[in-house]
Parts: sequence; structure tokens; C-alpha cells
Amino acid sequence: MSSLEARDLRVGYGGPDVVAGLDLVIRPEQITAIVGANGCGKSTLLRALARLITPTGGSVLLDGQEIRTLSSKAVAKRLGLLPQSPTAPENLTVEDLVARGRYPHQGLFRQWSPTDEQAVEEALAATATTDLRARPLDELSGGQRQRAWIAMALAQQTELLLLDEPTTYLDLAHQIDVLDLLDGLVAERGRTVVMVLHDINQACRYADQLVAVRDGRVHAAGAPGEIVDDRFIGDVFGLEARVVEDPVTGTPLCLPIAQRRSTRCAS
Amino acid sequence: MSQRITVRAGGVSLRFHARSAAVTTALFVAMLAGLVASVAVGEFAIPPADVVNTLVGAGDQATNFVVLDLRLPRALTGLLVGAALGVAGAIFQDVTRNPLASPDVVGIASGGSLAAVALIVFTEVEAVPLAALAGSLTAGALLYVLAWRGGVQGFRLVLVGIGVAAFANAGISYVLTRGRIFEVETAYVWLVGSLNGRSWDQVWPLAVGVGVLVPVILALSRRVAVLGLGDDVARSLGVGVERSRLLLLGAAVLLTGLAVSAAGMVSFVAFVAPHIARRLTRSTSMLAAAGCGAVLVLSADLIGRTLSPPTEIPVGILTSIIAAPYFLLLLRRARA
Repeated sequence: MSSLEARDLRVGYGGPDVVAGLDLVIRPEQITAIVGANGCGKSTLLRALARLITPTGGSVLLDGQEIRTLSSKAVAKRLGLLPQSPTAPENLTVEDLVARGRYPHQGLFRQWSPTDEQAVEEALAATATTDLRARPLDELSGGQRQRAWIAMALAQQTELLLLDEPTTYLDLAHQIDVLDLLDGLVAERGRTVVMVLHDINQACRYADQLVAVRDGRVHAAGAPGEIVDDRFIGDVFGLEARVVEDPVTGTPLCLPIAQRRSTRCAS
Repeated sequence: MSQRITVRAGGVSLRFHARSAAVTTALFVAMLAGLVASVAVGEFAIPPADVVNTLVGAGDQATNFVVLDLRLPRALTGLLVGAALGVAGAIFQDVTRNPLASPDVVGIASGGSLAAVALIVFTEVEAVPLAALAGSLTAGALLYVLAWRGGVQGFRLVLVGIGVAAFANAGISYVLTRGRIFEVETAYVWLVGSLNGRSWDQVWPLAVGVGVLVPVILALSRRVAVLGLGDDVARSLGVGVERSRLLLLGAAVLLTGLAVSAAGMVSFVAFVAPHIARRLTRSTSMLAAAGCGAVLVLSADLIGRTLSPPTEIPVGILTSIIAAPYFLLLLRRARA
């Protein structure tokens, strides 16, 4: 079981630190959702956890080892990342995309072992993209394309899967589709999912652990039901809101109070 | 259409796209046919059968001379120049993820030509091929350093490259205005790209360069495929992005430099050969790009030699004339 942890993590791009002394333990075989206002450092945090940027201080530990000291292939066998709106070359088919997820397991003379083949088939099946395998990516709908990318990350067969806003640009049905898929991966296959999510209500519904980032630090972390209330929304998003119980799932549901409309309706 | 062929033996397993393998094979057959045709056709026509006989060492003295000393080195130079440019262009386009990138667009070939032309016009030194190689490498290094900003980003590389090309081209124009007319004539043939009078002296450095670099590039081509998914995805799949990019671009610059030093600035091949290869294979294939480049240069030279003998049209003019319409046609068909 792979573990991931940030200790006093600091990341900056030359200016003031965007992630400023952050501690976080990712719980295995659970969904962790990272939420926060724009520019709070949540995407930067995810990139640092995935070893895409070098921290200016502190450390990221993968299975207890400093991630910077591990080889890129060793990391790639344990941790996969799906960036926000990734791009693929023209005419690339779903199957070829997914097959590329096998890269860290392959070598110059070991390009396509039976294990690779099986991993790709499983990833296609898990994301319901088997029927789309021969289609070029650019011909697919947004939801199908996102499923294909997730299949690529699945074929990598890492225990840890990090996703940066996997539901962006998808319509509501496809958003739920993708989130259900990730939920199934955790529940049925014991993967650990960490994702940045925009929608606090979806985060509350799907996350076992919610991590709220504010000014580059963890403002609060825990089960959504325990930490999300009116004040939490005010602190994290700078928004006046009422938090009620979600009638469908029982998780917190955030109802923003817009200044103009709400006063008009209330009167 | 997207069938794959898997070869497994012991711990070794290889995989190809069926279409890509078929197209590449066809291109290599066409390339060999082009080679034989280039040797056969000319003022002193040699039947293709005799060409093959001579190549395997069973020709008479007269054919031996024409084939082995005159026509074969020229044809081989053309083949290797085309292959080198095709691969170099494919690398630039794939690594920068920009279909407009190619060694001629980003100033590598212009850098080589500037050095060559300056040597022709300003000195009596007989080292034009060497100068061309050095000029190309310098332009490549300059491009990389100028485009570097904590890493080299594809789009930035292309923009900086257009600047490098403009600078080198301005230099070339300046040198040409300073030269005497017969020097400028020599320089101009170089700028257009020509295979006229190429001998084994041009073949060997090219053959060694292509022979060493192409296998290295093929070994790196799995990384090229992953780099195509973007830097973040490539990194998270375990590819050392900056190092791979430097290695690949370095190899592409060397190939371009060798090609320019052997035949001058044969335009359009590096840009268009990878595009044609991609359309035909519907995937990325370095070998297909090499085949396309070689077939393009060989056929351009053959046409240039036979269109209005005894005048020869330099190969660089014909590569553009042949490739441009074919390229436009392919694009049109792809849209429909």
C-alpha cells in the first residue's frame, strides 16, 4: 500500500511561496478532495505531490521516502497524475493513448508484454471505453475523452492517482460519470485518489477526506460532515452561505447567499 | 485499420502498427527503386539489371566507373540527405508539438548556410561542408540557449527559432551583396541545395552520422510518443522531459547539419516529409519520415536531371515544386 505525505511543504515560483508550510497525510484507499478558492495553491500542491515541481522547502514523502530522491520511473510505477485538460497529438486513438500509460513498466526490448496488454484491457473495461478503442481522441465527446485519459492513468497501475479538476469542461451528467468511476476505483480496486475539485458539493459527496487550502496552508482537513459549515465556507471561499444536509446523500450541501437575489427572494 | 502486430520471444516483446509497418516497408522499397533509377538514368543509360549487377560487383569496367564513381555516390547522398532531413523534421515537430516546426523554419539550416556562404565569399579555405556543419550546430545551440527559461517549451522554441532564422538569413543576404559574382553563383547553388558532383567524400560522413544517430533516435522514439502527451503527463509517466528533449533536438540538429553540409539547403523536405509520413501511417513513425524524405529527394533529383538535359535543375528547387502540391492535396483529402 502506497502512502503519500507532505511535511512543512513550501513551493514558490520565484515570488512569495504559493504553498507555505503545508502538512498533509493522504489516507490510503480513500478519496481525498482538495478544495479552495482560486489561487489558494491547491493545484500547485497537487503538482508538488506528483513531483512535477521542486519544492523550495519541506518534503513530500512517498512510502516514507523523500520523493525527490526516487527515480522518475520508480515514482511513475506508484503514482499517476492526470493534469487539467491534457492534450494529445492529432489522430491518436484511445487504445494508443491508454497503451502509453504502460511506459514506466516497459523497456526498449520489452515493449508489449502480456501484462501490458492485460493492464490496457482492464483500464479500457473499467472506464467503459473498450468500444471506443479504435476511435481517434479528437472525435470523442468531452466525457468520453476524459474517461480515455483516466484509462491511460489506470493502465499505469499506480496505487496513487492524482487528478487536477477531472470534471472541468464536462456537463453535469459526465461529471457524475467521472466521479462515480473514481469512486468505484477506490471502493472496488483499493486505489487511493487525490483530486482537486472546484465544486464543494461534489467534493462533500465523493470525498472521504476533504482538505481545504487557504493561503498555501491546510485550513481544515477531515470528513466533510465534520468540517463543512457556514463558517468554513466563509473562511475558505470568502462567501456567505448556508450549509444544509444534502437530501440525497446526507452530506453537507452548500447554498451560497448571493447579495442581490437572496434579499429580493426573501422579502 | 488500427491493427497491431506483436512479436514476442522470451523476455523480448515488440509492437508495431500494421499500417505503419506496411507503409514504412513500401517507402523503403520505393527508396531502393529510386536509388536504382537514379543510377540507371542519365546521359549514358544503364539498364536497371546492369545497375543491380554492378552494385553486387559483377559489372564491366565502363559501367563500374559510371555507377560506382559517378552516379551511386550522388544517389546515396540524396537518399541519406532526404532520410536525415525527414527524421530531423519529425523530431522537431513531435518534440515541440508544433506542426510548423522544422529545422529549416527554426534557422538550423540557415545557420549552416550562413557559415558556408561566408566561407565561400570571404575566404579561399576549402572547408565548406565543415563550415556548414559547424554553422548548423552553432545555430542549434543558440536556439536552445535563447529558448531556455527553466526548461524549453515547444512554442517558445519555434518563436525563438524564427528569430534565429531571420538573423541568419539577413547574414546570408549581407554576405551575398559583398561577394564577387562567381563566388555568389557558387554560394547560390549551395543555398538552393544541389546534389551535382557529389562523391564518396560526401557519402561517408553522412552515412556514419545517419547510421549512428537514427538507431539512437529509434531507441528514444517511445519517449517521443510519451512527450506528445504534454510535459506533465510525460513527467508523471517517468520520462526525464528536459533531458530527452535535449538529446532528441541535439540529434536532429546534427542530422540537419550533416545534410546541409553534404547538399546545401534542400528546402521543404524536413518540413513536409514527416507530415506526409504521418498522413500515410496515421501515426508517428521516424522510419516512415526517413523513407518519405529519401524518396522525395531522390525523385526530385531524378526529375531535375532528366527534365531538360544537359541543364540540371538543382534538387532543392524541385523538392519544393513536388512536395508543396502533394502536401496540399493530402491536407485537402484529410479534411474531406
